[in-house]
Amino acid sequence: MKSMIIRTLFMMGALFALAANPAHAVVEININKGNVTPLPIAITDFLSKDGVGKQISDVVAADLKRSGLFAPIDSKAFIEKITNPSAAPRFQDWRTINAQALVTGQVVKEGDGRLRAEFRLWDTFAGQQMIGQQYFTQPENYRRVAHIIADAIYEKITGEKGYFDTRIVFVAESGPKNARKRQLAIMDQDGYNVRSITNSNDIVLTPRFSPNHQEITYMSFEGNQPRVYLLQLETGQREVVGNFPGMTFSPRFSPDGQRVIMSLEEGGNANIFTMDLRSRTTTRLTSTAAIDTSPSYSPDGKRVTFESDRGGSQQIYVMNSDGSGQTRISHGDGSYSTPVWSPRGDLIAFTKQAGGKFSIGVMKPDGSGERILTTNFHNEGPTWAPNGRVIMFFRQNAGEAGPRLYSIDLSGYNEQMIPTPAFGSDPAWSPLLD
Amino acid sequence: MSHISSLSAHGMQKLARNPVIIATFMALSLAGCASKKGLPNNASDLGLGANGVNGANATPGSSQDFTVNVGDRIFFDTDSSSIRADAQQTLDRQAQWLAKYPNYKITVEGHADERGTREYNLALGARRANAARDYLVSRGVPAGRLKTISYGKERPVATCDDISCWSQNRRAVTVLGGAGS
Repeated sequence: MKSMIIRTLFMMGALFALAANPAHAVVEININKGNVTPLPIAITDFLSKDGVGKQISDVVAADLKRSGLFAPIDSKAFIEKITNPSAAPRFQDWRTINAQALVTGQVVKEGDGRLRAEFRLWDTFAGQQMIGQQYFTQPENYRRVAHIIADAIYEKITGEKGYFDTRIVFVAESGPKNARKRQLAIMDQDGYNVRSITNSNDIVLTPRFSPNHQEITYMSFEGNQPRVYLLQLETGQREVVGNFPGMTFSPRFSPDGQRVIMSLEEGGNANIFTMDLRSRTTTRLTSTAAIDTSPSYSPDGKRVTFESDRGGSQQIYVMNSDGSGQTRISHGDGSYSTPVWSPRGDLIAFTKQAGGKFSIGVMKPDGSGERILTTNFHNEGPTWAPNGRVIMFFRQNAGEAGPRLYSIDLSGYNEQMIPTPAFGSDPAWSPLLD
Repeated sequence: MSHISSLSAHGMQKLARNPVIIATFMALSLAGCASKKGLPNNASDLGLGANGVNGANATPGSSQDFTVNVGDRIFFDTDSSSIRADAQQTLDRQAQWLAKYPNYKITVEGHADERGTREYNLALGARRANAARDYLVSRGVPAGRLKTISYGKERPVATCDDISCWSQNRRAVTVLGGAGS
């Protein structure tokens, strides 16, 4: 699953080299301002002898539109017809339709069967190329190339890393509520290329990617023994994580991929343990007569947030990664659960139950600055895009037969359902693929 | 649920040979539902006893006898694992029955309603299964006969989106044989 896509930068003369410096870019979006007005952008059909050029530019446009930060302009409004995507466009034609940025490109089939996809991003008001890149890949990877191009455009204009070349692992649910079949599935972040990675009648839950996105840790009821497993995506090889006396559940990787942190249930209490994947040694981090679960490492690996009902109701705690310094950080009305540390380190996302409703929110790691992003009959289980700007979660609407996956911007705007063939729950976002 | 579905399959095989018995059973089953008050505490009350055996017909000492005549499940308050007074009566009957038929191994399944998060509910179901197990042990059931397993909120028996269903799903079910550790 390592990169099958080769990227080269165009450096076509001094003008482009200059324009690669963000200080000279005129077009930019400050995504720290909350609800931004989407940037009008013209994304022209990439030229190609078959339809693949347009397929790629359509995916780029869909990614950028779904981010909520860009407003692709209807191609019917275009004045200039791009015939040479390598040449400078007639900038005035694009300014006339208020396109602040313009994307051109072409896709050529090479002699060896690979595709060469190239694109250029233009600043129409500055009259400059902002970036130009080309990629070589197998034709079946055309959507990935499109996501990589969308990431490059997003990063150039917002100054933040993109998140389009990523995948989601989740629980695909089908059948009636009282006889639900659950399988783990992986898809691209836009809901395409869904494939199952388990196929049994055992209950499978709470999958998480390893930091190198080659492995999944999850929980399975295989053999009526609810336990944490490790699955190698490349080989399909599976193993039980640790040899614990009770139910193990709620597993996540450490940021270095060396440990799995999880809960162990014994006699009705749940405590948090880690297992080192090399030495197989296990370490107890918490020791309460309560339910301690849903652990999540800070991106530097030095701290862990988790939920505990040791104080009488579910609340969010933070501790050092050796288990010391356990401190409650949630203090609002209601109960708090499923804390997940942002990849940027600055926020913790959570599920909150209050007044018979379930919300997704964020707070700072010291518990201050709580902000609710969305409230509904049942929202649960946030997961962060690798750039820490978008949160995905699952929602069960009252009266509906099953849950669906949704994403929402950190600003609380731009809530969107991710289309999946079956019902979906427990989404977990991969890091950027590379 | 696995014990109930396997019962159903077994019962249906027998019934399929005699349509008259099917008609008779359905009438009995409906009458049984109508006569009960309050929360159901066994498979028959929940409409799950569609296996061709009602209480009167169950062979003493059979799993049908246990499910229908003793009551295989107890219910909990929201986010609680305390054994309620009505649940104590059911568990007392279970303990007596289990003393009478000492060859059964038992698994106590713990369950939660849907109004909680998935991982917490796995632990809450375990807490409930352990509470029921501990109560049975306190009433003389040898600990070595008992195992527990939690299904969290993953196996609801009632599927509506209001309290009438949630209260049925917050349960611990005593299963003869069964899975668990």
